[in-house]
Order: sequence, then C-alpha cells, then structure tokens
Amino acid sequence: MELSTTYLGLKLKNPIVASASPLSRSMDSMHQLEDAGASAIVMHSLFEEQIIHEAASMDHYKSYGTESFAEALTYFPDTGDYHFAPEEYLELVAKAANKLEIPVIASMNGITPGGWTSYAKKIVEAGASALELNVYYIPTDGTMSGVDVENRYSDVLKEVLGAVNIPVAVKLSPFFSSIPNIAKRLVSEGADGLVLFNRFYQPDIDLEELDVKPGVELSTSYANRVPMRWIGILFGKIKASLAATSGIHTAEDVLKLTMVGADVTMMCSALLMHGPEYIGKVLKDLERWMQEHEYESIEQMKGSLSHKSIANPSAYERANYMKALNRYKLLA
Amino acid sequence: MSDAKDGRIKVTIDGNEAAAYVAHKLNEVIAIYPITPSSNMGEWADEWSAMGRKNLWGTIPQIVEMQSEGGAAGAVHGALQAGALSCTFTASQGLLLMIPNMFKIAGELTATVFHIAARTVATHALSIFGDHSDVMATRATGWAMLAANSVQETMDLALIAYASTFESRVPFIHFFDGFRTSHEVMKIEQLSDADIKAMINDDLIQKLRERALTPEHPVLRGSAQNPDVFFQAREAANLYYDAVPGIVQKAMDKFKQIVGREYKLFDYVGAPDAERVIVMMGSGAETAHETVEYLTEKGEKVGLLKVRLYRPFSIEHFIKALPATIKNIAVLDRTKESGSTGEPMYLDIVTALSETFSAGKAPFKAMPRVIGGRYGLSSKEFTPTMVKAVFDEMKKPQPKNHFTVGINDDVSHTSLTYDPNFSVERDDVVRAIFYGLGADGTVGANKNSIKIIGEDTENFAQGYFVYDSKKSGTMTVSHLRFGPRPIHSIYLVDHASFVACHQWFFLEKFDVLQSAIPGSTFLLNSLYGKDEVWDHLPRHVQKQLIDKKMKLYVIDAYEVAKKTGMGSRVNTIMQTCFFAISGVLPKDEAIKAIKYSIQKTYGRKGEAVVQKNYEAVDQTLANLFEVKIPSSVTSKIEMPPVVSDKAPDFVKKVTAMIIAGNGELLPVSAMPVDGTFPTGTAQWEKRNIALEIPVWEIDICIQCNKCALVCPHAAIRTKVYDPAKLALAPATYKSMDYKGPEYKGMKYTIQVAPEDCTGCTLCVEVCPAKSKKEAKVKAINMKPQPPLREQEKVNYEFFLALPEVDRRNVKADSVKGSQFFLPLFEYSGACSGCGETPYIKLASQLFGDRMLIANATGCTSIYGGNLPTTPWTKNSDQRGPAWSNSLFEDNAEFGLGMRLTVDKLNEMAKEYVTLLSTDIGVDLATEIIEAVQRDEATIYEQRGRVKILIDKLAAIKKPEAKRLLSIADNLVKRSVWIMGGDGWAYDIGYGGLDHVLASGKNVNVLVLDTEVYSNTGGQMSKSTNRGAVAKFAAAGKPTAKKDLSLMAMMYNNVYVARVAMGANDAQTVRAFIEAEAYDGPSIIIAYSHCIAHGIDMARGMTNQKIAVETGYFPLFRYNPELIKEGKNPFKLDSKAPKGALSDFTSIETRFNVLTKSNPDRAKELLKLAEGDVKVRWAIYEQFAHEGSDVQKPASN
Repeated sequence: MELSTTYLGLKLKNPIVASASPLSRSMDSMHQLEDAGASAIVMHSLFEEQIIHEAASMDHYKSYGTESFAEALTYFPDTGDYHFAPEEYLELVAKAANKLEIPVIASMNGITPGGWTSYAKKIVEAGASALELNVYYIPTDGTMSGVDVENRYSDVLKEVLGAVNIPVAVKLSPFFSSIPNIAKRLVSEGADGLVLFNRFYQPDIDLEELDVKPGVELSTSYANRVPMRWIGILFGKIKASLAATSGIHTAEDVLKLTMVGADVTMMCSALLMHGPEYIGKVLKDLERWMQEHEYESIEQMKGSLSHKSIANPSAYERANYMKALNRYKLLA
Repeated sequence: MSDAKDGRIKVTIDGNEAAAYVAHKLNEVIAIYPITPSSNMGEWADEWSAMGRKNLWGTIPQIVEMQSEGGAAGAVHGALQAGALSCTFTASQGLLLMIPNMFKIAGELTATVFHIAARTVATHALSIFGDHSDVMATRATGWAMLAANSVQETMDLALIAYASTFESRVPFIHFFDGFRTSHEVMKIEQLSDADIKAMINDDLIQKLRERALTPEHPVLRGSAQNPDVFFQAREAANLYYDAVPGIVQKAMDKFKQIVGREYKLFDYVGAPDAERVIVMMGSGAETAHETVEYLTEKGEKVGLLKVRLYRPFSIEHFIKALPATIKNIAVLDRTKESGSTGEPMYLDIVTALSETFSAGKAPFKAMPRVIGGRYGLSSKEFTPTMVKAVFDEMKKPQPKNHFTVGINDDVSHTSLTYDPNFSVERDDVVRAIFYGLGADGTVGANKNSIKIIGEDTENFAQGYFVYDSKKSGTMTVSHLRFGPRPIHSIYLVDHASFVACHQWFFLEKFDVLQSAIPGSTFLLNSLYGKDEVWDHLPRHVQKQLIDKKMKLYVIDAYEVAKKTGMGSRVNTIMQTCFFAISGVLPKDEAIKAIKYSIQKTYGRKGEAVVQKNYEAVDQTLANLFEVKIPSSVTSKIEMPPVVSDKAPDFVKKVTAMIIAGNGELLPVSAMPVDGTFPTGTAQWEKRNIALEIPVWEIDICIQCNKCALVCPHAAIRTKVYDPAKLALAPATYKSMDYKGPEYKGMKYTIQVAPEDCTGCTLCVEVCPAKSKKEAKVKAINMKPQPPLREQEKVNYEFFLALPEVDRRNVKADSVKGSQFFLPLFEYSGACSGCGETPYIKLASQLFGDRMLIANATGCTSIYGGNLPTTPWTKNSDQRGPAWSNSLFEDNAEFGLGMRLTVDKLNEMAKEYVTLLSTDIGVDLATEIIEAVQRDEATIYEQRGRVKILIDKLAAIKKPEAKRLLSIADNLVKRSVWIMGGDGWAYDIGYGGLDHVLASGKNVNVLVLDTEVYSNTGGQMSKSTNRGAVAKFAAAGKPTAKKDLSLMAMMYNNVYVARVAMGANDAQTVRAFIEAEAYDGPSIIIAYSHCIAHGIDMARGMTNQKIAVETGYFPLFRYNPELIKEGKNPFKLDSKAPKGALSDFTSIETRFNVLTKSNPDRAKELLKLAEGDVKVRWAIYEQFAHEGSDVQKPASN
C-alpha cells in the first residue's frame, strides 16, 4: 500500500498533515504528532501583530509612567534580553526542524506587506521546509473592492517570495468572487501551493454584556464540503499543490478530499478533540478502506473525482444546486 | 561606554550606579531595602546578580531584601560576623534605623562600607531630597565618614573606602548627596577590575576571614560588660581610630599611582595666599570650587577646603591643608541642629583651631575668625552667587555667624543676600533646559543625549532632572550641560543657551524663557506651523523672544509621532531637533549617533521598536522649521492667575506660589512653624490635565453610582436634590428624575469636575449601562475637554453649591448610597487611574467627618500630604479628616496612640460630665454618657447634645467646666484609621501592626495592597505574588504571597476583610461599614491595581475582576461579631476560581515580562502559583463551610 504523496515538492509518507494548531506550540506535542504518523507539521502561525506589536506593547507597559516622579523613575528592573514571540517561534522552528524526521512547514499570518515579512527569511534560516502564508483578512471598508483584496494577497505573497527560497503555500479564504481566478493569479505569481480554506472564527454575541465576543468552535466533517468543491474544480487546472483543510476528521474525509484532488489533507479540530494519536487511527482506517476497495496508492485516487475527471461536472456547479433543492423537497 | 584606556572606559552614569558598581565588585552578601534616593543602588545590585554578573573574585554576590533598613543592617552585621564581605545602601530614616547595629559593628571593629545617598531626615515634614542631616546623625556610632562630591568621586572614594576599611578595620560610611549626585548623570571614567584589584590587599581579606565566627575556632563576641571593665574596653580600640587618617591617605596615594586622580583627606583649591576660605563637603563643594576658580582669576584671595574624611577628623591634616595666610573661615554645613552652639562641622573646625592654637602648633599668625552657616537643606539650590555671598560676608567687619544662605529669612534674619544675576558659567559650555511631560519621554531622551555627547565626543556632559511631586500629568525639567572641561556646576541651569518646551500648554502656566540668555535658541513643540505660531504665543513669550533676540524653531512633534507609530512619545523627535539645531555635533554625525543609540537602547526590546524610532528620526528634520520673529509684541494672551480669587489667603499667598514653581521665593515668615497646614487645598489647584473628560448621557443612565465610586480623583460625583433648586441652574446643566423610591420626587445629577478629572476613564470602564441603539455608547462617555471646560466649570460650581443630602437618610451600606456622601478626599495627585485612592475616598465619604488618620509613608502619604496641596478636605460644617504621617515603620503604633488618646479623652470628658451633671442638667449628662453612636443618626444626635453642652459650659464658672470644654468634642464618636501600603503592613511595619491588632483596641487598618513598594518604584514586598517580576526580584519572586488576612484572622477578635472594588463593589462598601462599626481592631486588605503592575490603567477595575475570578485574590469577610450570634464569622465573598491563573497573569506585565526574559522559570513559577491558588482556596472554603477553629468568644 503506497500512501505517499508530494506536497510543495516535499515527498510525504502519507497525505495526513497536522495543520496549524496549538499542538505545534511545544516539541512534546509535535513529537506525539510525528509518532502518531503525521507526514508533516504545519506550525502554529506567527502573527503579524506579534511581530509588530508584542515588543512595542512590552516597551509601552514597561516604560509607562516612568521618568515622571522622582521616587519612582522606573517600575521594572532591567531583566536582560527578551524572547518575544518571533524569536521564540524561530527557536521552535529550528528545534522542530532539527529534531523531527518529518518536514516542518512554518506558518505566517498577516494582512499587510511590510517589515514583518522579513521574518520569512529568518524562518528559512531556522530550517523550515516550506512556508504557509495565511492572509487572514476581513475587509470592512466599503471603498475596498474585490480587486483590492486580491491585490493585498498578491502583494504579501510577492514580498515573501522575494525573501525566501523554500516552497510557499497560500492559505485562502473561501470568500472570493472567483476562486479559480485568484488561485491562478497567485500560482502564476509564484505560489507553490494553495491551502483551502481558512476557517474564520466567527464572532458571537453576549446578550448580558451587550458585547461581541470572539467565538472558537471546532469543525465537523461537514465543513470539508467547501474545500471539497473548490479543490475538485481547481484540480488539474493549476500547476501547484493543493491542500485541503477544514473538517478533515475521518479516513473517509481524507479519501474524499484526495479523490477530488488534494495532495494533502490537514487535520486540526479532530486532533484537538481526540489527541495527536488519533492520526494513527485515521491512517489505519484509510489503509483498511483502500485495501477493501483495492486501491494501490494515494496517487492512484488523487483527483479521480475532480471536476475534470467526472462524467457529470455539473455536480460541482449551479445545476447541482437545483438538483439538491429538488432532492430536499422530495425528502421533505 | 567608550574609549578604553588602561582598561578603563568612559561611562555616563549617575552617582547611585557609580557606588553600586564598586560595591557589587567587592561584596559577597548585600542586604537591601528601598528608600529614596538610594533605592537604585540596591536595584542595580539585584539586577546585576540576577544577570549573573560576578564580583572581583568571580562569585555572584548574594542579594537579599530585608523587611526594613534595621533588618538590612542586622543581616549585614551577621554576614560580617560570619566572615563575608557585606554591605548595604540607604539614606535618611533608613540610616537612622541602622544606627543601633552601626554602634555594634564599629564597636567590634568590623570592616564594611555603607553607601549613603545623603537625604534629609524628616522633622516638621518629610523630604526625599538631599542634605547631610542623616549622616550627621550617625557621628556618634564610631564609623569613619568619607564624603564624595561628584559622580566620579563617588566611584573613586567608594574604592578608597573599601581599601581603608579592610586595612583599618573601622567601618566606613561612604556618602554623596542624595538628589544631586545620586541622580546626576555625568560622564566619568569607570574603574577597571585591574584598578580595583590593585587597590585591595587580599591578605587583609584573609585576616577578615580569620576573625569570623566559626565553630572550628569558637569565640564569643558581643558580651555584656559591667562598670568594672566596660570603660576600659571602650578605650581599647583608640589606636585603630588614630590610624585611620593615615590609612585613608595611604589608600588615596596608592589610588593616584594606579588611576591618576589625586585625593587628600582635606583638599584645598584656590589662591595659595588666600585670606578667606570656605570649608565644606558634598556636592556643594564642586560649585564652590568653580566659584573659587572664577574669583581667584579675578584676583580675589579666596580658597576652598574640601573635607573628604570627616570622621575620624584629623586635626593635623586639617591644619596642614589650610594656607598660612588665612584670616577668615566660613564653615558651611548642609544640616541643621536646632539648639546647638553651631552645626557639627562648624564645631569641629572651631575645636580643631582652638586646640591647635592652645597647643601652640598653629602655622598661622593669628587665630582665624570662624563663622558657620547652613545651606542647601533638602536639595535647596546652592549656586556660585551664594558662594560669593559667603566670601563677601567674610570681608565684613562684623559678619553674620550661624547664617543661612539660599533662603530669605525674614524672621530671625540669618540669611545672606546675594546677587541673582551673578554667574560664573563660561560661554563654551552648552547649557540647555528642556520642559517636558513625564509621559512624553523627555527625560529619557535627554539621558540619551548626554550619553551620545559624553561617550561619542571629547566633551564632558552633565544632566540633572527635576520632577513634580504629583504622580501624573506632571512637568519634568531637564538641565543639561556639555563642555570641553570637567563640569563643576552642580546646580540647575539658570543661564540657558538653549530652551526646549515639549508641551504647548506650559507656555501659559510657566515662564519657560525665564532662564534664556540673549541670543539663545527656543525649540517649541507646536500644533501651529511656522507661519501661524506667532499669533498663538502668550505675550510674555513673544516679549522675551524679541527682547532677548532669540531664535525660534517649531515642530509638530505629536503629528510626527502619530505618523511614525510613536503614539504620544515625542522623545526621539525632540531629541533629533535638539541635535539638529544646537550644533553640539555635526548634523549627520548626530543622526548617526542617535540611531546607534536607539539600536542600543531598544535593540533588546525588539526590532519593531527600533524601526519606528528610526522612522521618527527620519521624519523629524523635514518637519522642523525656523520661525521669523516679528519686531513687535502683538499677543493679548496673558498668564491666567494660579488660583481662583475665591481661595483663602494662605492658598493665595503661599500655596499658589508653590504651585507656580516659585516656592523658592517664599520667605521664612510664610512658613508654618510646626509643619501644620490647612486641608482642603487641592480644590484650588486646577491642573487641567485630562485631554478628555466623561460626559453624562441621561437617557442611558441607570443611576447605579458606580462611576463615582471608582473615580480615583473624586472628579465625578452624584447628588440628589430638590427640583426647585434647578431654577437657577446653568443652561447646560443636566439633571433627571431620581429613579428609586427613597428620594422620590427629587432630581439626580452626575457631574464631572472638568479641571480636576485626569481622564483615566475608569468611570467609563465600570459603567454598566449601554445604549439600546448603539452598544458602544454608555451612560458615561469620554469627550474632548477643552471645548467643554468652561461650560462644565460653571455646571460643577452650581453642582457643588447644591445642598448635600442629609447623611441620616442615606443607605450607607450600598454602593449607591455611599456615593451620595460628600468625598472628603478629592483631586489627589495620584497616578491617573490609581487603584488605591477609590478606597480612601470611600472611607472619607463614609466616616470623613469623624476621622483621625495615621498614614504610613508611601504613595498614600505623598499624594495625601506632599506640598503644594492636600486632597484631604472639609465639609460645610468645617469637619473633616485630621491627617498625619509619622514614619514608614511605626504607623500602626502611631494610630494606636491616637486611639488611646481618643479613648482617654472620651473617658475624662465623661468623668467631667458626671462631675458637672447638676450644672449641665442631669438628663443631658445622662444622655451624653449613655449615648449609643452606631450610625449617622445617632452620631448626629450626640453632636447636638455636645453642642448644647459646650454652650452651657461657657456659662459655668468652674475649673472643671473649662477643662471639659477643651476636650468635650471627644464625646462624639471618633473613627481612627491607620492607612498604608503593603510595604508598610507586610514588611517594615508588620511587627507594630501585629501588636496593634493584638491590642484589641478599636482601630481600623486599611492596607492598600499593590503587592509592591509602589512609591519607590515597585520593589518586592512580602505581598508580592510568586512569579511576579519586581525591583529586587528581577528574576521573579520565588516565594508565595504572605497571607496577612489569615494571620490577622487567627487572633479571632480582629475584623478582617479582603476586598477588590473592581470585582465586588458592594462587598467593598459593606466591609468598610462593618470594619468601622466593629468595636475592636479591624483590617481591610484592599487589592489595588497599580502603575507598577505594567497594566493598562484604564482597565484596572477589569484586572481586579479577573484577579478575583481566577482565584488570584479571593475575597472574604471575617466578622467576630457573628461569633456572638453563634454564626460562622467567615464569609467567602468570591466564587471558586474560574479559568486558568494565566488568564490573569497574562494581562499584567509584571508576570509577562518573566515569560519573555526567562520562559522556563516563568513556567515553573506559574505552576507553583497555581498551586498557591488551590491551597488558599481550599483553606478559605473550609473556613466558609465548616467554620474556623478560632470561633471562640471574642475577648478584647
């Protein structure tokens, strides 16, 4: 049984990659992920805000109120060198790259081109095998057009590509007018892969406090329907790796997303729910299914149910919507 | 650091760092305790050891913070006896607390050096500033005393002190002037390890070890002796003292050989044939040195003798150091000893001369005439013109003796007059003054400039900084000098060639160009551009710019700061302007140097901080413009009066002068003779520091009064009143119907004091009412102050004039009710958003009209009692808190003394009432004696009775009636409060506090628990939590917070409450009411967020809430009254810990900083701290569920 796959030019032993999550915050849990069978690890994200603001914020609070009052010219001792998140992150990338057998893919999360992207170079120096760029952007300004949003992705990507010599994948939002168009554009500009899709944390309302609270909900398998559609549509049409993320919980999910064309499937919520060792179970289930259905390799099934490979591509399209509605009526 | 020569480098540091540098090199055990202005020495030592810096012998000195200076001296004494090299640092009261041990250490001939930043000892008032009253108080201890006059000398003489103590065995006080040398930044040459090694004889260290106590060679030291031998034993060490001057001079000579700088026990400068000589020591001698050089150049026969080794005083060396031509000596003492025949050094000199002449050994023809004078008390300026005045006085046939110089003594006429225009400053010295705001980073930038100039050029550099005594919104004035020669001008810049004003609003408050000389340059941070600025300048500024032919440059630094992400910190921008204009360095070189220094300063703080500072430098030059100065004054803008015309006379004549920065001009006659000042003065100091103030939205308000409760400055208030009163209300005055049944039909108003609000936003933070249409709009919202100021001033005046609610009808034990009481603590100068003052204000509202307050030294005593004004005030009946501060360590005892007196006078008054009952009327006498004063109504009734009594007593012609009259007001209930911070309650004052709690007396203790010594800059106390970084705990405090509440509870008859207003305001109010009502000792431990926590002060109350929710600071009340009712006295007022402890610690820099500097230790300590939370909760829960083991009947 050949489970191996290629993602961003990296030869991986199977298609299950641990996606960016708190599990990549410590070497212990990363070792557990590796031991459980993950073929690669996408590190948790280094946020633009951490790079830009963390040091500034520490400086602000340590110096706030100083040099004002003769008896208390400062409020904190000088405690020597600081390890801010970017430095800690680089140290962890270096440690992971050194200690783990599997490739380590670093992740950067930001929305503007600028000084923070210079950290991409440092990430390369730290030993990451590849870089995932997560442009987590919610436009709220009505004067900003769809093109403006796309340009922002493009600008950040170009700046990072200018700084690194390792493969770069871009994690996309599902909210583009034309996903194939932005996908093509980013790939033409040099992206080595696309990760579909970013799951935005949706806000919630606290009725007592009359306030908006950030909400973090883990996904279910249902969430993979969105990447499933778009990977299916993109497969074979762009020259870049495709990663499926959101709602990968079971071997069936892995199979489905691989069949629509994903080079890798990335797990997060399932691992947070069940622990790193859960990858082992999914791999076993995957192998069993492939054996039962007489598949020889992952490569064999990859894209076999993609938009271009199925008899009735309209299943991915609007016509499919009508069918679905009719079916719903019948069931009702 | 720069240009290493002979292993020595040039550094730009202050005196504290210079002393600590040598101390850390030459000690193994250092015991420390914070006290201004010496705290920094301990902080340096702690930081260096935390970073692993080793001493001369390759070991890291162990630093231990003690509970008091007495404790530090004890620990040093023990360390020395056990054979370690050990020292300490202190000042003022701290040094006084060390005296008992100092007698012992000297008596045992034990080698050590105490480094003292000499500071005023508190007398009629506390002062944090410098003079020699503290070191002079130790003369009797038998310690050698070595005076350093400058930062360089502080480092050099520290080493000489160590070399001398090791050889002589006599312990040394190494002192320098607090709040001059201690904080003066100077370019000096740092001694190298080789220098230090060469000066220290290892054989002597070996001998010191041999004298140590050890069970291997046991001895007994510290015996008790009887009349038969004590005297002889006391004389046995004489030869050691006789040897000291020779040993010190030998060390000085050796130092000259090694380092090159020459010192003598008495250093003479001036004309070799001088006839008039000043004898003095300390930083003032530098100024005298500069003046003597100037005067001798002019041909005057004057000189200066600098006393370096003051004890043991070598008459022989002294006489030899004087020129043989001498005819007049003026001895200047920086201290005052009331009642003595002269100040101490004057007496020494008179004795020395007299003995020499008597013995026929004098090299002079005639006995010189000696006069003595006092100067520089509490860092009073001492300038060349004062030096000249002293020399001039010596010329007179009948000079004043026991004179003062530097003040106008119009009472006992001791003062010398001087010419205010006399100056000895030379033109090749750049003299600059910078007016900044504490928050804008001006001082930091100037310290940086001094480093740049001092270390990157051949120039000598000096910086000294003057701060306000308020803690927020305050002005800082930086005084900088740069020049080609070593700088001896140890006084503020008063002939400035460059003046910078970093805040526009100073122009209307202060005369910032007062010290500018003709042809000087003025740099102004201005909202207005080069073409508009002239028309906005006040008249006095325009006039001086024209008259003095000055140059004016403007920059909108706030705009540049905003654009470059610097927020409100204009430091880097204004610094760049200074270099660009002043020409101290070529522009390009200066920019390069600034950027290099930014990298050095901020490099460790992260690349982002460096980049935004670079950006600010680059943007500055493009935005800096010279203004063409018109030929005539056009402005109609005048400086407004300092205080309102309605202010009392004292405030207008005295307080206003101090507020305006002209306190120096007040004569002696303006001052109270015994340190007594009127209260109610903060109301006249309209500071206008808020950029935004709260504005009330009637439609949204639910009248909860939480905004008023949390206001740290009593600047937002609520009132209920008769609707008829609105007839005369100003047009914009807001009011609404009162919503509850208790004041049905009345009107309700929330009013802000626009000029007193500091804009902290705590009121907005706690406001629970949000608009139903737009959630971001609350019932209180911040709006810009300037357009509202005049309108709200009028509204606030109207509001204040409305009658106060009848205290008898208020539901006092509720948040809402408590805020209808008039605050008798208002507009304090505490930090904006202070976490302590809301508690104090609450106490003043509930009990202020009957309060006696004993206040421990600390933040509370500074914002409570530092001139010019006090926030403590009176009600319309002229009643209010009577307040006093004794010391830091004795506050509980001080308060107990008040209680004992109140009880005694009450008892005596009752005895007289009984005695005079027939004259007074039996019914009235009985009512007075039997009155139960448990609430506002019953206290009101008793006040009425006492008033009748007083009226009647006036007509009774018996001596007992007269005596009763003087104490009759003690028949009304008094509420004695003992207040202070955790440094006092947990550490230095704990012994006394424990005793007072155990006394059973009816005192109320309020501990404002910030978990650090806030006033001195955030040093660790025993209240500091595990894992928090604080000064003296640079590596994070390894041990858990002491549970003072539990310790107090164990007495079983003490009322104990732990409160946190931001978490449970209702519980807070109830705790205050219960504590005061309890007829026995009460203690309230009030969690207070603090600027020293490194938090967003606007969210202080939210932080308190999270502290309680996570179990970091659980709340409870332990009320012994309940035991009598058979109930569990322990009531847990907070819920079981929710979430992780890190939910709290992660929002406070004091914890966060360790996760960045030492992540592994942070993790380990956090884990232990989580355990602390669990254990504490389990104990409290057990008390709450099962009752404590101490539920025995209370026995007072």
